[in-house]
Amino acid sequence: MLDTAPAVRKPPGRKNPGRARSLRRPRFGPYLLIAPTVVVIAVLMFWPMIQIGIMSFQKVGNRQLRGEPAESVGTENFRTILNDPFFWQTLRQTVLFAVVAVTLTLVIGTLIGLLLNKLGKRMSSFVAGGVMVAWATPPVTAAIIFSWLFGSTGGLVNWSLDLLPDFLVGGGWNDYNWFATPLSTYTVLTVCVVWQACPFVAVSVLAGLKSVPSELYEAARVDGSGPWRTFWSITYPILKPIFFVLLVMSIIWDFKVFTQLFVMSGMANRDAFNLSLYAYSEAFGSLNPKLGMGSAIALVFTMILLVVTALYVRVMVRQGETR
Amino acid sequence: MKPSGSAGARPGGAGDGARRRRIRKSVLNGTGLLVFFFSVFPVFWMASTAFKPNNEIFSTTPKPLPSHPTLEHFDLVMNGGIAEVSFWTYFRNSAVLAIATVVVSSLLALLAATAVARFRFRFRTTFMVMLLVVQMVPLEALVIPLFLDLKRLDLLNTLPGLMIVYVGFATPFAIWMLRGFVAAVPRELEEAAAIDGAGPIRTFFKVMLPLVAPGLVATSIFSFITAWNEFIFAFTFLDDQDKYTLPIMLQFFHGRSGNAWGPIMAASTLLTIPVIAFFLLVQRRMVSGLTAGAVKG
Repeated sequence: MLDTAPAVRKPPGRKNPGRARSLRRPRFGPYLLIAPTVVVIAVLMFWPMIQIGIMSFQKVGNRQLRGEPAESVGTENFRTILNDPFFWQTLRQTVLFAVVAVTLTLVIGTLIGLLLNKLGKRMSSFVAGGVMVAWATPPVTAAIIFSWLFGSTGGLVNWSLDLLPDFLVGGGWNDYNWFATPLSTYTVLTVCVVWQACPFVAVSVLAGLKSVPSELYEAARVDGSGPWRTFWSITYPILKPIFFVLLVMSIIWDFKVFTQLFVMSGMANRDAFNLSLYAYSEAFGSLNPKLGMGSAIALVFTMILLVVTALYVRVMVRQGETR
Repeated sequence: MKPSGSAGARPGGAGDGARRRRIRKSVLNGTGLLVFFFSVFPVFWMASTAFKPNNEIFSTTPKPLPSHPTLEHFDLVMNGGIAEVSFWTYFRNSAVLAIATVVVSSLLALLAATAVARFRFRFRTTFMVMLLVVQMVPLEALVIPLFLDLKRLDLLNTLPGLMIVYVGFATPFAIWMLRGFVAAVPRELEEAAAIDGAGPIRTFFKVMLPLVAPGLVATSIFSFITAWNEFIFAFTFLDDQDKYTLPIMLQFFHGRSGNAWGPIMAASTLLTIPVIAFFLLVQRRMVSGLTAGAVKG
């Protein structure tokens, strides 16, 4: 049932070393096969990463865009950033958003996954299909749809909130502007991002659950274990590796969310910036582009994510994923 | 179906158990429908708005479905009127870009996946770790240096320049996904072909390729969606309106005429439908590619 890569089903290679060796195997074969990919990744990923590192110690602006050499400014970019309260506000918003969005995504996604596992076969694939629609929606469209749902003229959310009794939600929702303050903007952003990210968690958890031997659950039931205890003593330990991967990926995705925030609140609304929007606006947002500053900010958030990535890679290697 | 139907085993009589099971089942199904509703609703609302005449869109009592469905918004979007350039130009840009990305990245991925799944070589693990790391790199950070690089190469504001960047993004994941498919092809088949005197290239085309085809389709659709949905690079690199892709057109139009929700939703619908269709085709493979082997049954 578990689709998780046919590669897992049988331990790759090794089984018949003698036979494998008898295959015709050009010595440089594998290197030739991976060479184009290595070149592409080196040029498009690793070299730019290095450039970010270099540029964050430089002043790169309009004069450099016209072809003049970059001026080295030492650590000035970093000193400017770290002494700017705006940077810390942005960082705080980025981290808070990631914490809230990741938590909600994992909890709701897991609950949906558990539900899908309990539903009958047809109902389960019906609901899963619906959940997929949220995942498939392009980020730009998702952001625009939620801007419309939370819009102040004709928006469905304000209309519904206005219908609810005033003692519950307060009155005057009709022309409430969700994009006026950072907090309300991030509320809409959270709803939008969680809506899109839950399906991935749900489907992964479902795939994992299918691999849990049902005898375990039967044994737990016989022992009189309730659903809460069964989850924590059987499901969670078995799915722990999956949860870890999901956690890391969600952190990375939510930490650098750009498109949705950009579409919803735009470049003009500085108060609602997160780190990636801040870096982007320093680099491209004005007629006086500061690509060096932008790189320095990008470097800071890449470094934060690098720590998370390192953890991820370590666990994946331990699990034998890269064998 | 594992843990459901537990009530019957407990003391309390068979009839009681059956009733409880029934209630339990309807509660589960009801929750399922609720989840379905909330997942689909925003997309449904997008499509529904796209077919509503303006007075219904801004009505003080919104209805779920248009009472007088209209194609005026689609007409406006497709036959000019929202931008200086025809909608089909954007559509073509997006499609060409996505297809070119698919072709190039699938080719690269197929080669590399074969290497990884079929050979043990010295830097194999290094390569695999690199694939993992690269998938975690925040692309939003790379937009600054890549902008300068493409500018130096005179590839800014061109579709090929953008395509090169997309290939870089799509390939690592495509390899990760495809290697499972390649590994699943039994070695014996290749050996048999070799014994019959087929060279490695012939074996590849006659044995490997047909068997890996489903996997190739899955990864292709994934690469297609990556390119089709991409926003930040296209937004930064493309200057001329007639080079814009659909997401950029949509954002541009949304920014310029903020409250024209009818046409905006019609354009969103046109952008979204192909992706959702493709996605539903390929989603199972996608999950397995992403979480591959996180659980070993």
